[in-house]
Amino acid sequence: MNVQAWTFVLVGLSFALYIGVAIWSRAGSTKEFYVAGGRVHPVLNGMATAADWMSAASFISMAGLIAFMGRDGSVYLLGWTGGYVLLALLLAPYLRKFGKFTVPDFVGDRYYSQTARFVAVLCAIFVSFTYVAGQMRGVGIVFSRFLEIDIVPGVLIGMGIVFFYAVLGGMRGITYTQVAQYCVLIFAYLVPAIFISLLMTGNVIPQIGFGSTLVDGSGTYLLDKLDGLSTDLGFAAYTDGQRGVMDVFAITAALMVGTAGLPHVIVRFYTVPRMRDARTSAGWALVFIALLYTSAPAVAAFARTNLLTTIVDRPYSEVPGWFKNWEQTGLIEFHDKNGDGVIQYVGPASDLENELTIDRDIMVLANPEIANLPGWVIGLVAAGGLAAALSTAAGLLLVISTAVARDLLKKGFMPEISEKRELLTARITAGVAVVIAGYFGIDPPGFVAQVVAFAFGLAAASFFPAIILGIFTKWMNRDGAVSGMITGIVFTACYIIFFKFVRPDLNSSEYWLFGISPEGIGAIGMILNFIVAITVSRFTPPPPASIRALVDRIRVPGEG
Amino acid sequence: MNPDRYWKINLRYLSILLGIWFLVSFGASVLFVELLDQVRVYGFKLGFWFAQQGAIYVFVGIIFVYVILMNRLDRQSNTEGA
Repeated sequence: MNVQAWTFVLVGLSFALYIGVAIWSRAGSTKEFYVAGGRVHPVLNGMATAADWMSAASFISMAGLIAFMGRDGSVYLLGWTGGYVLLALLLAPYLRKFGKFTVPDFVGDRYYSQTARFVAVLCAIFVSFTYVAGQMRGVGIVFSRFLEIDIVPGVLIGMGIVFFYAVLGGMRGITYTQVAQYCVLIFAYLVPAIFISLLMTGNVIPQIGFGSTLVDGSGTYLLDKLDGLSTDLGFAAYTDGQRGVMDVFAITAALMVGTAGLPHVIVRFYTVPRMRDARTSAGWALVFIALLYTSAPAVAAFARTNLLTTIVDRPYSEVPGWFKNWEQTGLIEFHDKNGDGVIQYVGPASDLENELTIDRDIMVLANPEIANLPGWVIGLVAAGGLAAALSTAAGLLLVISTAVARDLLKKGFMPEISEKRELLTARITAGVAVVIAGYFGIDPPGFVAQVVAFAFGLAAASFFPAIILGIFTKWMNRDGAVSGMITGIVFTACYIIFFKFVRPDLNSSEYWLFGISPEGIGAIGMILNFIVAITVSRFTPPPPASIRALVDRIRVPGEG
Repeated sequence: MNPDRYWKINLRYLSILLGIWFLVSFGASVLFVELLDQVRVYGFKLGFWFAQQGAIYVFVGIIFVYVILMNRLDRQSNTEGA
């Protein structure tokens, strides 16, 4: 069987599995639709959380990003895992005990304010849409490259699948399909990683393999070889950092806190039975995430070494087949500037002589081909990329539909709405959101990639301080929380908009505040939020006694 | 055990564990990474290893230690219903 046949079979089988699971686990009530009835086993919820969290960006882009950033790539590794410590220790157990269905629910009730609820709803919807557009784009890329289908029908198939299980199954359907999707995606990520680790270092475990010596008999450590190759070509050494310490610190902090504040992650912890299950479940989620996240830097180092040794300074006429395949997608480009027919790939210092442009996204997708792995492994990677994109998209669509049906209508404009109509509204909203997300996937506005920093920055600067102060203090009041959230959002949004859209020409470290890039500014927004919230609360009336009782109640386990 | 005491013990656990969390992430992997890079372990520079591997393992450990501590505290205080 050739690669394309394998891909069709494996992708088809995985889709059939998701649909089967979705039919088996349909939602009947709003509680099942929003939080799967609150009866999901903690380990399964951990697995679903891992699939929910690991998006097309984690699966397809992250190892590629690290391959090009070297040690600085650790901002993603640390940021996107360290946030789970905050989630497990500071947020998940208490939000579970609080026991409603959404983040805006908590913010609105704890701060006895429809304004606070409304601000939280807008943030949740904005963050989720930003994110979901990227997922649909990932679906499009996988379909167009591996199945040689146009992006449009590719995205339409993806939309159809998500529509089917998110709209029918709600949280219950999503949870169990995400468990299946986790299994597909982790298998698809680890198989090629193990293969390549074996080929290059003779070590089965990639996490150890990338610190081992190469199998070429030279006795050189892989990372030393990679450092040498990089500096020879005029790049920085792979294991050295390029970005300023302050910037790395801020980006890591913004990604960690943003992760802990993302509504589609938080809502997963409402689905387990008890407070203690929320803690355990966050632990399992991180175990399942760490499996991929500790393999990613190994994959990055392997891919970078392979790339530098197989095509650099080779005649273009002798490049391997995968090079030409990916050239057709435009993700890899070769311009023979000096006309010698040889591929020159050199570092930023001598940019004019560089003849090769490589999109970071192909590092994972092309890796099995670069390493000459069998056809079924390549097909598996396609199925894994789709699993990662679809599971995250579904989780986000649910947040959007819940935000509209529950937070805006039931708790806002139409409190007398019946459960049946609320459920119908949630389903219709999910359907509309799928269509909008699909549109972004087919025809992505140029700003999609640039607004991802927004999602984390806004989650960090808005939700996180409001939730933390709501749990860990009894004195934080409505006025403090609302003014803090608004300050954090406005500051973060203005900084990002200024450097990304108004004056992109100034977007370099000499103009940044404290040397912090727009990607990391959410960390400062968060600090401002805390300062403003605490200051304002000192000069405004304290929260009523019922709120202090609410805080007492969520801090301890047990009923009541 | 009264709720205030339960909460105080919880806060003590949290401050110790979050201290470790800060040390391995922002400490070993960001602020002191160059210093730790002087040490080599196997094929890794130590700072690089913490930044791309070690910190993640410690994160997992922190959560499970907290799970065990809190489950024990819940049993002692016997406030866990249902």
